[in-house]
Amino acid sequence: MHLLEVEALSKSYRQIGGESTLAIGEISFQVEKGEFVSLVGPSGCGKTTLLMCIAGLIPASSGMVKVNGAGISGPPKNLVLVFQEYNRSLFAWRSVLGNVLFGLEVRGKLSSEAEDRARHLIGLVGLEGFERHYPWELSGGMQQRVAIARALAYGPEVLLMDEPFGSVDALTRLELEDTLLKLWQELKTTILFVTHDIEEAIYLSDRICLLSRRPSRVVRGIEIRLERPRNQLATRADRRFVELRNDIYKQISDQAAK
Amino acid sequence: MKPLGRINLPGLATLLAVLLLWEGFSRGSASLQLYFPPVSRILVSLYELIFSRELFGHLLATLGRFAAGYLLAAALAIFLGIILGYSRLAYSFAEPLIEFLRPMPSVAIIPVAILFLGIADAMMVAVTVYACAWPVLINTIDGVRNIDRTLLYTGRTFGLGRWQALRKIVLPGASPYIVTGLRISLAIALILVTTSEMVVGGSGLGYFILDEERSLRTGNMYAGIFVVALLGYGANRLFLLLEGRVIAWHRRMTAGETV
Amino acid sequence: MKWNSESRLNGLALLVALLPVWEALSRTELVNPLFFPPMTRILRSFFLLTISGELPYQILVSLERAVAGYLLAALVCIPLGIVMGLWNQVYRMLELLIEMARPIPPPVIVPVAMLFFGLGDEMKIFVIAFSCAWPVLLNTYDGVRSVDRVLMHTGRTFGLSRGKAIAKIVFPAALPQIMTGLRVSLGIMLILVVISEMVGSSDGIGYFVLDSQRRFKVDQMYAGMLSLALTGYALNQLFLLLYNSILAWHKGLTRAA
Repeated sequence: MHLLEVEALSKSYRQIGGESTLAIGEISFQVEKGEFVSLVGPSGCGKTTLLMCIAGLIPASSGMVKVNGAGISGPPKNLVLVFQEYNRSLFAWRSVLGNVLFGLEVRGKLSSEAEDRARHLIGLVGLEGFERHYPWELSGGMQQRVAIARALAYGPEVLLMDEPFGSVDALTRLELEDTLLKLWQELKTTILFVTHDIEEAIYLSDRICLLSRRPSRVVRGIEIRLERPRNQLATRADRRFVELRNDIYKQISDQAAK
Repeated sequence: MKPLGRINLPGLATLLAVLLLWEGFSRGSASLQLYFPPVSRILVSLYELIFSRELFGHLLATLGRFAAGYLLAAALAIFLGIILGYSRLAYSFAEPLIEFLRPMPSVAIIPVAILFLGIADAMMVAVTVYACAWPVLINTIDGVRNIDRTLLYTGRTFGLGRWQALRKIVLPGASPYIVTGLRISLAIALILVTTSEMVVGGSGLGYFILDEERSLRTGNMYAGIFVVALLGYGANRLFLLLEGRVIAWHRRMTAGETV
Repeated sequence: MKWNSESRLNGLALLVALLPVWEALSRTELVNPLFFPPMTRILRSFFLLTISGELPYQILVSLERAVAGYLLAALVCIPLGIVMGLWNQVYRMLELLIEMARPIPPPVIVPVAMLFFGLGDEMKIFVIAFSCAWPVLLNTYDGVRSVDRVLMHTGRTFGLSRGKAIAKIVFPAALPQIMTGLRVSLGIMLILVVISEMVGSSDGIGYFVLDSQRRFKVDQMYAGMLSLALTGYALNQLFLLLYNSILAWHKGLTRAA
């Protein structure tokens, strides 16, 4: 049984004129426990919509999402979505610690244990010392780390991430990628990661699902057989990395051209 | 809020100058004394009044109506505001009624209230509730509607139910707006209470001030005005104190934004 | 039947549906018709009073006083606010006086005004001017203070004199905030004219509504309130029109932000 299974999911929107646009064609793929899977596709192919459907935040037009074999109706309990717009998803009235504790509060855990766990996660994302700060006092990269720590504090089985590093600068992004990998390996969460950055996808993932352009479907699944732990310099210089990158880039360009 | 540590010398000087001029001119002219009794005499009146406990009774009456009207209005308006902010359907039903009643100055409701409730405390509290409800209602609706969708989605992805989302996200998120409405209503409450006291009479600082004017006891009149201004000032400071607790996060956030 | 949750018709439908209910309740005396005259009687009163000129006269009387007080406040406080905003010494000098006068609830000024001016128009104009002064003054002050220094420097680097800089840069830049103050004061103006007429007057719409209640001419009272609501609405719309034409640039700016 797969941990996460998407079966023939499609989503269409009704326009103001009355016609509908198909955002997602029929998408099917599976994610196994402990995997790091990335969804990569050309811009506008509906990746965010797909993720929102999987997260149960918007209803699909047809098809199913199954978590641990059971179909979902609404946000599944053991799954959390980390948004791209971190500044709009963090709670401005809570400190860093407050935000991270939120993940635990919701789970009903309010104790000194919870606070310890929150502090531990804050440390893991590299924000030790910033517990009392408020989101607006932090940089973009730091804010996103708070969002990630908050999601992980919740302890989900599956972490969905919607271009989480899209709005940070290039250098911060590399740091965040490594932080994420470290967290993934330590906490053994399953991650479904959406990005338009091919190299990022290759660097982070075990497997990549390539999406076509709108209405999107899975064009190909690509195994990433690069050794772990990954390294920003060594892995990216590896011949296989470069081949994968070129291959995927070509496929996406062909997709976009169609 | 200005830090109290910095003494405003030019301000104090001006204030003192005005008071001294007032005292000087007043003592110099008998006719002027009626309109502008010497400051010293006002202070004496004030002192006497406090000790005669007459003013105290009026102060309590006003304070009671003020507090009752304001708090009732706040509770009612926040409650309604959340419902109307949340539900587009409910709001669509309420909107024309709201838009129709809003432009009417709330003091015009006083005669209606007298009709229904006579001239008792209930009438004064009722008009206060009516008038204070509006700013709080409108601001609450605004605040709830303006909650960023991403915040609501975040709540849902964490499995928050409707009630939890209300408590943990909507209320804190809307609180700056709600507080703005509450602050506006504070001033409105005092206006409505004093007005209804003046129109209806009987007791209260509004009535006292008007009555003293009619009897040409202007010293007492000014003293009364001073007390009611103090009441307003005190209420405002108290409010700011409480606001600081609840909205500190927002104040500092927006303070950082001004260029 | 699915309700369109966006439609304005919902609320209008509700109001329209309620009217016959009110009418029925009142006529069958299920509610005391003294307190709730039938809507038709209220509307009849309203039309009769309007046609006879009574209501328009009272409204006009009130508006004359109100607008006079309002303009007085604006003419004094906008320049004063600008001066205070630009010269901090002036602000400091006046600050304590303002902070002491501000908390005085405007209604209690009415007896003072009555002392000085009796029960005439001047009394009301004074009260309204006093009450409208604060929002205009403080908003003007705020608006001037928050004018970006860069704008001022730009003016100076183009060789503008102080006076010209104020007229061409400070005033337009502060105008949105000034208009906010004027808008708030508009509401206050209407409130205070009603208050001053209820407490010490023999004409004006505020007096009319109160007097109608005293004589138990309840439908007249409601008719008066209706005319007040319409007046308030009309004033708001007028102001909005003015605001949009003067500040069209500001709307575009804030939308882009």
